[in-house]
Amino acid sequence: MLEVENLIAGYGGADVLRGIGLEVKPGEIVAVLGANGVGKTTLNRALSGLIKPRAGTIRFLGQEIAGLKASAIVAAGLIHVPEGRRIFPNMSVRDNLVLGSYRRGKPAREANLERMFELFPRLRERMGQAAGTLSGGEQQMLAIGRGLMGEPKLLILDEPSLGLSPLLVEEMFALIARIAGEGLAVLLVEQNVVQSLELAARAYVLENGRIVVEGASSQIAADPALKHAYLGL
Amino acid sequence: MFAPDIILAAVLNGLMTGSVYALIALGLTLVYGVLHIINFAHGATLTAAMFAVYVAHAVFKLDPYIALFIVTPLFFGLGYGVQRFVIGPASHGEDRNILLVTLGLSILIENAMLAIFRSDTRSIDVPYAFSSIDLGFTFLALPRVLAFGVALLVALLLGLLLTRTDTGKAIRAVAREKTGAALAGIDVAHIYAVTFGLGAACVAIAACLLMPTFYVTPRAGNAFVLVAFTIVVLGGMGSIPGALLGALFIGVVESLCGLFFGESLGQIGIFLIFILVLLVRPTGLFGARA
Repeated sequence: MLEVENLIAGYGGADVLRGIGLEVKPGEIVAVLGANGVGKTTLNRALSGLIKPRAGTIRFLGQEIAGLKASAIVAAGLIHVPEGRRIFPNMSVRDNLVLGSYRRGKPAREANLERMFELFPRLRERMGQAAGTLSGGEQQMLAIGRGLMGEPKLLILDEPSLGLSPLLVEEMFALIARIAGEGLAVLLVEQNVVQSLELAARAYVLENGRIVVEGASSQIAADPALKHAYLGL
Repeated sequence: MFAPDIILAAVLNGLMTGSVYALIALGLTLVYGVLHIINFAHGATLTAAMFAVYVAHAVFKLDPYIALFIVTPLFFGLGYGVQRFVIGPASHGEDRNILLVTLGLSILIENAMLAIFRSDTRSIDVPYAFSSIDLGFTFLALPRVLAFGVALLVALLLGLLLTRTDTGKAIRAVAREKTGAALAGIDVAHIYAVTFGLGAACVAIAACLLMPTFYVTPRAGNAFVLVAFTIVVLGGMGSIPGALLGALFIGVVESLCGLFFGESLGQIGIFLIFILVLLVRPTGLFGARA
């Protein structure tokens, strides 16, 4: 459903991504792994329209989306839950979620909201509270919830386990497995290599703006030399 | 040294002046809150709106309070269009460039006004210009009482728009977290333009309320926007309640300073307060922490 070819993107005069190709199939969880500064976040920003790629194609559900504005890409069903959550701290939990369904009509919105509260009971309890007062884990739940409110077909999760306690990290990965189990494709961008490889069917390893390894997660997990070279394990 | 009656009358007059300042300050603070830049074209927009009211009266014989219903949507549309199709594209995604583009626009608008209307002072004649309401101890000018009521109503409506409607919530979301808003599917360029449109609509309403008792020249708007800028700093940059309360306060300060120090020194208190706020509490009364 997502096919990326020869994607080049960056900031100012410098290219961060230097020819990326990757693919996500319907219902699949795909991991993008790599150390800090290899271009993972830039890749996400280019896919979701926050920056314009310099070259290459991004096809999503058969439509070319490279260079479209972010709101149009959200409308097409590709939704990026950013690193650092980027929730609206001064607004209520409910308003944060509802804004995720900004483009949908009222009935769809209410139904989506009910679904989120079932998925995240904690958010129902804190519905009227300002989002900025939530704990880190709850804020991450809220960010994912806001993404799901937009009825994505492919969800990009950027470092969803960052800054969470080990227990919450477990919970987060269980949650990702659960939403993917409902047929949603997930592109998981993570530094948590071990758990990402357990969850994802396939993985890409990014280094210096290029994909250096790709394959089934089990293969990558079973190759100690590879893990040592690129993933610091 | 003054009888309480006179001081009370000065306070009431100050509140009425302040309410019109509030409208101008609301437009300025709204744009600042969302785009994080000072709109340098705000004064020129006010001037243009005042000329629009003047033309509506001189050419089409429209009363300013009727013209309000035409000039306000017109200026909303102009503000929207200018941000969407001129300022936005010209700033190439860098918010700080917007500041320079608005400065250029203000020069352009002012000179266009000067070319069309010359530097003459113009005013309109309305039959109720000198009507007043007798409170027993003082008379209040009817157009200024109306201005007070309309300004407060508009501030209330703007507050409701921002807190209750989808568009208002999207504006607040963009103001606080632009990236998050874009990723939630909010069209940031559209919201920027709507915000600019609302800012222009606010000064358009202010122009309709001012024209029955005030005059217009190609630089008339600037004096108001200078005061409005003080109000925005006093109330806290980007704060809607801060702009409203700050404006009423500044209006009263101006009026009382005029009473005690003479009319021509009325604004001295405003700028003393401006300097004091910058020294003591630069975030303003309702300002967010940096």
